[in-house]
Amino acid sequence: MTADTVRPQPYAELGLTAAEYEKIVATLGRRPTDAELALYSVMWSEHCSYKSSKVHLRELAPAEPASAALLAGIGHNAGVVDIGQGYAVTFKIESHNHPSYVEPHQGAATGVGGIVRDILAMGARPVAVMDALRFGPAAAPDTGRVLPGVVSGISAYGNCLGLPNIGGELDFDACYAGNPLVNALCVGVMRHGDLQVAAAHGPGNQVILFGSTTGPDGVGGASVLASAAFGGSAAAGSGAAGEGAKRPSVQVGDPFMEKLLVECCLELFASGLVVGIQDLGAAGVACATTELAAAGTGGMRVRLDAVPLRDSSLGPPEILMSESQERMMAVVEPAKVARFLQVCAKWDVRAAVIGEVTGTGRLVMTWHGEVVVDIPPGSAADGPVYHRPLARPAAQDALVASAASGLPRPADGAALRADLLALIGSPGLADKSWVTDQYDRYVRGDTVLAMPEDGGLVRVDEVTGLGIALATDGNGRYCRLDPYLGTQLVLSEAYRNVAATGARPLAVTNCLNFGSPEDPAVMWQFAEAVRGLADGCAALGVPVTGGNVSFYNQTGTVAVHPTPVIGVLGVHNDVRLRVSIGFDAPGAELVLLGRTGAEFGGSAWAHVVHGHLGGRPPAPDLAAEQQLAGLLAMAAGAGLLAAAHDLSDGGLAVALAESCLRGGTGCRVRLPGDPFTALFSESAARAVVAVRPGATADFAALREACGVPGQTIGLAGGEALVVEDCFAIPLDELAAVHTAVLPALFG
Amino acid sequence: MRIGVITFPGSLDDRDAARAVRLAGAEPVALWHADKDLRGVDAVILPGGFSYGDYLRCGAIARFAPVLSELIPAARSGLPVLGICNGFQILCEAHLLPGALTRNAGLRFVTRDLRLRVENAATAWTRAFSGGQEIVVPLKSGEGCYAADPGTLASLEAAGQVVIRYAGANPNGSAGDVAGVCNAAGNVVGLMPHPEHAVDPLTGPSADGLGFFTSVFAGV
Repeated sequence: MTADTVRPQPYAELGLTAAEYEKIVATLGRRPTDAELALYSVMWSEHCSYKSSKVHLRELAPAEPASAALLAGIGHNAGVVDIGQGYAVTFKIESHNHPSYVEPHQGAATGVGGIVRDILAMGARPVAVMDALRFGPAAAPDTGRVLPGVVSGISAYGNCLGLPNIGGELDFDACYAGNPLVNALCVGVMRHGDLQVAAAHGPGNQVILFGSTTGPDGVGGASVLASAAFGGSAAAGSGAAGEGAKRPSVQVGDPFMEKLLVECCLELFASGLVVGIQDLGAAGVACATTELAAAGTGGMRVRLDAVPLRDSSLGPPEILMSESQERMMAVVEPAKVARFLQVCAKWDVRAAVIGEVTGTGRLVMTWHGEVVVDIPPGSAADGPVYHRPLARPAAQDALVASAASGLPRPADGAALRADLLALIGSPGLADKSWVTDQYDRYVRGDTVLAMPEDGGLVRVDEVTGLGIALATDGNGRYCRLDPYLGTQLVLSEAYRNVAATGARPLAVTNCLNFGSPEDPAVMWQFAEAVRGLADGCAALGVPVTGGNVSFYNQTGTVAVHPTPVIGVLGVHNDVRLRVSIGFDAPGAELVLLGRTGAEFGGSAWAHVVHGHLGGRPPAPDLAAEQQLAGLLAMAAGAGLLAAAHDLSDGGLAVALAESCLRGGTGCRVRLPGDPFTALFSESAARAVVAVRPGATADFAALREACGVPGQTIGLAGGEALVVEDCFAIPLDELAAVHTAVLPALFG
Repeated sequence: MRIGVITFPGSLDDRDAARAVRLAGAEPVALWHADKDLRGVDAVILPGGFSYGDYLRCGAIARFAPVLSELIPAARSGLPVLGICNGFQILCEAHLLPGALTRNAGLRFVTRDLRLRVENAATAWTRAFSGGQEIVVPLKSGEGCYAADPGTLASLEAAGQVVIRYAGANPNGSAGDVAGVCNAAGNVVGLMPHPEHAVDPLTGPSADGLGFFTSVFAGV
């Protein structure tokens, strides 16, 4: 142990506060070594420790409805859900916002890689990915740098890894300039018995690090990149070089190695060679060793000099902090080590025994014989807990008072027509093929629905047709106006999107993107959003299985809109009965489901046409969402529906346009009441369905039985979107406006 | 009828190719890149993916895989071989097929359902189609731009070795809208589009791709 007791320690440069440093000294009863200081600094970063969010996230657990479907919940690498027939599914969404701003291609690529390893560590085969992306104004020069890089990174990594990209989101808002949101979701499938644990049990068992070698990638990334506000000159830099030092600390991905690691791990699991397993993500070896030890027998001895390096100049602190990608750590019985190494060799995956489990209760690391770390692992794994002050922002009242109801409305059919074209020609609502054409949606051959459908749908069993549906949704505008209700609206939308495919919603994951937790206004938004999510999930009867928090999405004092992105997983009993959003059955009756009120606060219409954000968001109606979802799943199961599309951004107007374009068939509708409200209101718990010709009576009876209000508004058919007494838009014109936007912006 | 599907490190569509073989009514046989053994199969498919990461030229390393040392002479002796996407790139690198695949003209990866025209319905892998038939099959590649010198292109056209052509807009800048070619004997075919992803309308744009897998029956 180093006997240096004089030199001041650089805890502040590593992102630790004086109080945190004192806590480390008190825990150890002495000054920490450099390696220990590095270890604590990354483990206690906001990114790894959830120190500001933990007290609020605890609300999600008690609010979890008892769900027989939940096999593993919050606290694991990812939650695991029973989908029947002996299958279990694990899914999670995670942010890679800050790295994606600094280096868009590698930042986004390694975001995919990281979430895939989380899923793999649960014992599952990853089967699909999704990405929820938010950028600054579409025409801003910096968006022209960030967006193409992010998309190419996701494309390069996900395609080479062989996972279909089945959906996600793309949106633009000035609040994300300088703070793009890049959230990646992965879903994996396993048999019930395949569940792996992230714990180092059994003294004498060997600890094996395998995958890529360890380099200087992302050293300091976990604590410095994810915790320091961009642009703040007082922000903690990575030690000596401050701002400039952030640039090279983004990790570089190797999707080929990740593909080998996936196949290698699955063969190791299938051969029963693994006692415990953990992926290496943020905080690398530091995190994997402390978490495995803390969750297991409690002790571990690690030889840091046994870690295979790609840069021989690295010392213990760098090795502990390195975020080199494509690495996993396994706990293996001594008698199985040889077979473990054989499987790794088959897949050309490098593996090294770096330590063993002990019963000492201490995590002890040596460097060429010298002890450089000797700590109780729980003290690093658990981290501090903060009750940050929170306060409803003073400007919130003025924001709510500025209602959208006062905005000038389109006066006639021509003006309604112009507003619809403005909406579907706005970057956030335009055709997203420019992005999704760069992703492989076909690989693995089980993709039944993908973008631009409401939800992605993947077949799990080729014989029975069992499948899983997934949707992610976020809406910063709603959440800015009311984070509690906004989060429930976002949850409702993802839930509804899954139901629209014909699936039964089962579980929830979330990625909570917010500004600085040191700002009481942001902390209030966060607390409200978490409370909204907890209450919403309880009401809908879907458990939260896990998630991720991303704070410090902020430039100076300006934070992004509070943007919880919610992923909902559903189960589809027979994917052959899936429902698309596309109108492709001429003569199918169109039925508008749900109740429509005059709700324009935070709407796409107010945003696109007037650049306005104010008032109250639409009122969520979770009971109505449940009834609607029940109806959609039953109607799909009975084969009554030719199409179904949820109503959200841009209301019925945008939904009809999207359904016409997707299926290549027009429609003719007559709208009840005020046509403007009918077209552009964003009331929740609504969908439009096309009922198969001949099934209208059956559907009406089912709708009545489910207690879902509905009215027939017209028929699918023709080559134009026709709103009687208002306007007609030929599909060619609709398509031209819809598809021209992103290519014009991004080439 | 046993059809081998080679898995290289980084192969991705091997599972899909095997499924397509099964749906066509044949038995898929897994072949491993490191084994100099074709296991007595009646035909071989090189599937899509990124063999060895394709960090060098696509297919440049796979061409030296041990299994290729068995495959290359067998293909020259008439064994039916189909290369899909990365498999096509490997066959070109192995000089079993003429030309090369380069970066897409738009410099971006392209996933798109495309109309293709079967120009030569007499090869081992296209016999189930009729000449001039149009089919819909997905393309998904970043380096799918077919390139060959003018003399080679002219001789391919003259000999009917252009097997598949893009029927709509050219998605990647391929010379002569070429989507797939064959060797002079017609037993080795390479194409960039993915017929294994068009074997069931549930999971693909059509079932048109099945024809490639049923074709090989007729000749064996």
